[in-house]
Amino acid sequence: MIKKESMQVISSKEIAKDTVEMKLENSYISETAVPGQFLHILLEGHSLRRPISIADVDKEKKLVTILFKKLGSGTEQLAEVNSGALLDVLGPGGNGFTVDTKGKSTVLLIGGGIGVPPMYYLGKTYANQGINVISVLGFQSKEHVFYEEEFQELGETFIVTNDGSYGDKGFVTNALHKVGKFDNYYSCGPLPMLKAITNKLQEKTGFISLEERMGCGVGACFACVLPTKTEKGYKKICSDGPVFDAREVVL
Amino acid sequence: MIDLKVQLPGLNLKNPIMPASGCFGFGREYSQFYDLSKLGAIIMKAATGRERFGNPTPRVAETSSGMLNAIGLQNPGVEKIIENEVPFLANYDTSIIANVAGSTIEEYELVAGTFNATKDVHALELNISCPNVKEGGIQFGTNPSMAAKVTEKVKKASNLPVYVKLSPNVSDIVGMAKAVESAGADGLSMINTLTGMQIHLPTKQPLIANKTGGLSGPAIKPIAVRMIYEVKQHVSIPIIGMGGITSAEDVLEFLLAGASAVAVGTANFTNPLICSEIIDALPATLEKYGFTSVEDAIGKVVI
Ligand SMILES: Cc1cc2nc3c(=O)[nH]c(=O)nc-3n(C[C@H](O)[C@H](O)[C@H](O)COP(=O)(O)OP(=O)(O)OC[C@H]3O[C@@H](n4cnc5c(N)ncnc54)[C@H](O)[C@@H]3O)c2cc1C
Ligand SMILES: Cc1cc2nc3c(=O)[nH]c(=O)nc-3n(C[C@H](O)[C@H](O)[C@H](O)COP(=O)(O)O)c2cc1C
Repeated sequence: MIKKESMQVISSKEIAKDTVEMKLENSYISETAVPGQFLHILLEGHSLRRPISIADVDKEKKLVTILFKKLGSGTEQLAEVNSGALLDVLGPGGNGFTVDTKGKSTVLLIGGGIGVPPMYYLGKTYANQGINVISVLGFQSKEHVFYEEEFQELGETFIVTNDGSYGDKGFVTNALHKVGKFDNYYSCGPLPMLKAITNKLQEKTGFISLEERMGCGVGACFACVLPTKTEKGYKKICSDGPVFDAREVVL
Repeated sequence: MIDLKVQLPGLNLKNPIMPASGCFGFGREYSQFYDLSKLGAIIMKAATGRERFGNPTPRVAETSSGMLNAIGLQNPGVEKIIENEVPFLANYDTSIIANVAGSTIEEYELVAGTFNATKDVHALELNISCPNVKEGGIQFGTNPSMAAKVTEKVKKASNLPVYVKLSPNVSDIVGMAKAVESAGADGLSMINTLTGMQIHLPTKQPLIANKTGGLSGPAIKPIAVRMIYEVKQHVSIPIIGMGGITSAEDVLEFLLAGASAVAVGTANFTNPLICSEIIDALPATLEKYGFTSVEDAIGKVVI
């Protein structure tokens, strides 16, 4: 259940160009969060909260890690928040990925840019349960690459950059031919990337995490709706998602 | 003891605070955060005759001290609302107000008439002022004779008290208020959002897909207070005031201007507990400014 919580900033550091890793302490959220869920963060002077994925959780230390890119007024302000400060957060938000190991031996993670963060906690959870994890991660260029080593610890990892300054050149879809056999795929990233992936991997079972501008972030305001092939015809990204079965949504 | 109770047509409010239409869904989501029985009333999200999907996304954008929205009245239709949403809200000890929308007079009549058949809805808020639907909607809200006509028809279609929700996108708000009062409105609700626009510089495109949207939040509060004050001088039916309320002090300001109760909209998005926190803070705020009850403060602006 989503709650309004106060999270203390334990550390904050720039880990790649314009990209910040922040560790936040809170017992309720660290105990209950599952991969793919998000924090809805209030920044002073802003009327709308900012949704940021949960990138990792350390239940013992009660820590939640977020990784975000400075893209506008809200994320820039968040990057300025110092250790020790308290953040006003709604969380854990939405429905995350279902981690189900039954009949699976290998999962494929495909992350693009700010869609990489939720893939990490998902991959870690699978790896801890003995499942092989293959990751394909796309970034703009070499200076934007983050968490390469962390993903490598989970399993085979392919890096792609748009400009070819590191790893393969192009989009994540260009690297998919390198990936061996896998059962399900999981993906988060920009919409054109998700469209390309769901097309290319039509035959596979996949789950994707979507982004949309949100109002309330709890399912009340109907700002972040998405057409679906279900009977109701739509789903709310903030509360039904952000994770959806790739086959049920209309991208 | 500070008395928070307010008596309005059809509404016996334990306090004057209610979440505004469209900003609280049908209550379910916010019931995770606090006991909805604490609220004076709940105004449900707009209901139309049939299901509406609404506008393309993005549907919201942040602005200085507020936001723009163009949801486009997405809702499952009046029948499904009565079947699935009203029974949930009826579990709480609070009044339920249904927000009635439509694109034709017939649709307004149909929706109002359908709510009439449920015993759990206590009043109607007639939404003649949604700026985000192409057909109908706003014309009813900006033309006094159309507004009067739809009010009259809805009064006939339903036995429930009708609060007509006024649009601020008019040059003569008093004329609109008088027109619907003469047509039989039991009360007014004001203000709805102001039409606005915001352009994203990197793409040079409007920030919301509908191009324009309704501006809400603290940015519109002084406009709401001014309009309530002006209308209060000219009509005798009660006013539910709204527009940018975020604190108990704001509530008192609306009461002084002439509102008998208030609705809180956008602030629920910033803080899901806002209505509950305002209710807790209201007695001390009234006391601080020398009032012993809510009723005592209504219209007491000193000119
Ligand atoms: C479920 C979810 C998870 C996310 N996880 C991450 C993450 O882990 N790391 C990360 O860096 N970013 C993530 N994002 C994107 C992040 O929310 C936006 O980058 C951020 O809101 C931008 O805010 P701003 O004030 O800096 O930018 P501005 O452009 O100034 O923001 C203006 C408004 O638009 C909204 N907005 C802008 N871009 C987006 C976007 N891509 N998605 C949704 N709303 C947007 C903002 O919330 C704000 O209301 C996620 C988005 C969603 C929906
Ligand atoms: C996302 C959103 C959806 C809204 N939907 C409705 C609606 O369905 N019917 C209606 O009468 N008003 C609707 N409104 C207007 C509000 O009820 C309220 O009149 C307005 O937002 C001003 O109050 P505020 O500044 O406290 O938000 C909506 C406002 C917002 C922000």
